[in-house]
Amino acid sequence: MMNWSLAVPELVLACCGMAILLFGALMKRRETFHLASMLTIGAFLITAMLVIAGPHGLAYHGQFVADSFSGFVKLLVLAGSAFAVVASLDYNEHENLRRFEFPVLILFATVGMMLMASAVNLMTLYVGLELQSLSIYVLAAFARDQLRSSEAGLKYFVLGALASGLLLYGISLIYGFTGSMQFDQLARVLADPARVSPGLIVGIVFLVAGLAFKVSAVPFHMWTPDVYEGAPTPVTLLMGTSPKVAAMALLVRAMATPFGHLLGQWQQLIVLVSIASMLLGALAAIGQRNIKRLMAYSSIGHMGYVLIGLAAGTPAGIRGVLLYLVTYVFMSAGTFACILAMRRRGVMLEQIADLGGLGRRDPVLAMWLTVFMFSMAGIPPFSGFWAKYFIFTAAVQSGLWALAVIGVLTSVIGAYYYIRIIKVMYFDEPQEAFDPRPPSLSLLAAGSGLFTTLFFVFPAPFVGAAETAAKVLFG
Amino acid sequence: MLPVALSHYLVVAALLLVLGVFGIFLNRKNVIIMLMSVELILLAANLNLVAFSAVLQDLVGQVFVMFTLTVAAAEAAIGLAIVVIYFRNRGSIQVEDVNLMKG
Repeated sequence: MMNWSLAVPELVLACCGMAILLFGALMKRRETFHLASMLTIGAFLITAMLVIAGPHGLAYHGQFVADSFSGFVKLLVLAGSAFAVVASLDYNEHENLRRFEFPVLILFATVGMMLMASAVNLMTLYVGLELQSLSIYVLAAFARDQLRSSEAGLKYFVLGALASGLLLYGISLIYGFTGSMQFDQLARVLADPARVSPGLIVGIVFLVAGLAFKVSAVPFHMWTPDVYEGAPTPVTLLMGTSPKVAAMALLVRAMATPFGHLLGQWQQLIVLVSIASMLLGALAAIGQRNIKRLMAYSSIGHMGYVLIGLAAGTPAGIRGVLLYLVTYVFMSAGTFACILAMRRRGVMLEQIADLGGLGRRDPVLAMWLTVFMFSMAGIPPFSGFWAKYFIFTAAVQSGLWALAVIGVLTSVIGAYYYIRIIKVMYFDEPQEAFDPRPPSLSLLAAGSGLFTTLFFVFPAPFVGAAETAAKVLFG
Repeated sequence: MLPVALSHYLVVAALLLVLGVFGIFLNRKNVIIMLMSVELILLAANLNLVAFSAVLQDLVGQVFVMFTLTVAAAEAAIGLAIVVIYFRNRGSIQVEDVNLMKG
């Protein structure tokens, strides 16, 4: 069955992208950037409504699925991408990046991520992943007059292309040793342990390696600090939010559905990757002076915690993964909104020392940044604590005690560098005040800050939606 | 004469993959060589897909190769564009010069 109506959100978003591109190319006026950004945000809103209202089912002969899991992930991805567009409004104006291609590239990356969330076939998986990656390579190098940005783009491209190649090689082995690319058929074939061959296991390892690169988990994290530092900050915000969500959702679906019967085979792999990511995220961030680099190591650590939920391999674990991703998107977007507000006499600042005395110069910004740092460190009652709570309880229920204990220990180490930022803001020598903040950043910081602070008051809708979404994967 | 079996194709593809990976990690000279290595890796996967598709009597693998070729073309275009803007800013595409950010 074609059933193409299930893919209406993606089709509408892609058509909007092409229309905005055409509009930008045909308009002769200079000021197309703002208009294109507003249209992109509008397209995201329409798509989000279509995702919520859309029916569920399989489409395109089993290549594409619309279910509660994909809906949950798509809404989160759309939110993350919309945050990146909002954050770019003021930054691109000041840094002379006023080009309408910027929001359009974010939009096409978002189409790719939505495809990833809906992929139930290795072919859809690959095409969605590449659409996302190719758009983000260009975005990373978007400040084309700056050496740092172009170097970030080059590094991201070379390592990203390598990861896609490995992923593709893994797909070819999985296809060859099972004879299918459909997730449901793979699951049916692999229910018989006799069909599990060494070639298939090698293929799965390659697939996990390619996806681990996309979520920047150790040992495939090398690109993260450099690319985070060099890319324009709104692009860093984007890389820190929606692509991580989409790649993690893809990893979860690929591990839980077709290879669900092989839990014993891939669980060890995920456990090792998770421990290494948590340790590196906690230890390597301690010596950092650049706040964007610090956020890169912090994101590596957070992905380690998310992988605990996947390693648990139960609906409770997957629910933890989804809830962690929700809180992570808001914390991360809010932190980057605060970083984008660090501008003095028109020059962007990135050093942690530049935050000195912010508590007295700009108490509101300092308060939001404090909220995000406490939340990332996992201190109650902020949302980050609840996310870790759901993940760790799922791990303990699955008997992964060691993993939960290491998780708690590394979050204690991690708290050191998060709280150091708070100390710099409130107790260090005051620096000259920052330039006045644009309303778009204030709105982004306040919105994410309120969500992070008040999550514990109304967690029920999120927990309920995550639970429904997680159950879908376990039929 | 020795018939060409599936295993021969798999060995060639594995060799291409290893060559590509080594080309990226051991190459200290030129970024263009890295782009060529990436193409080698993609071709290794394509060769695997086509060989499996023929043995399994299943067209899906060959259809996938069409997609991969298209994606590889787009990837090469974007990669070369990034190399061009990098060269404009740095004046060199030596791998050892790509070292502005470290740590």
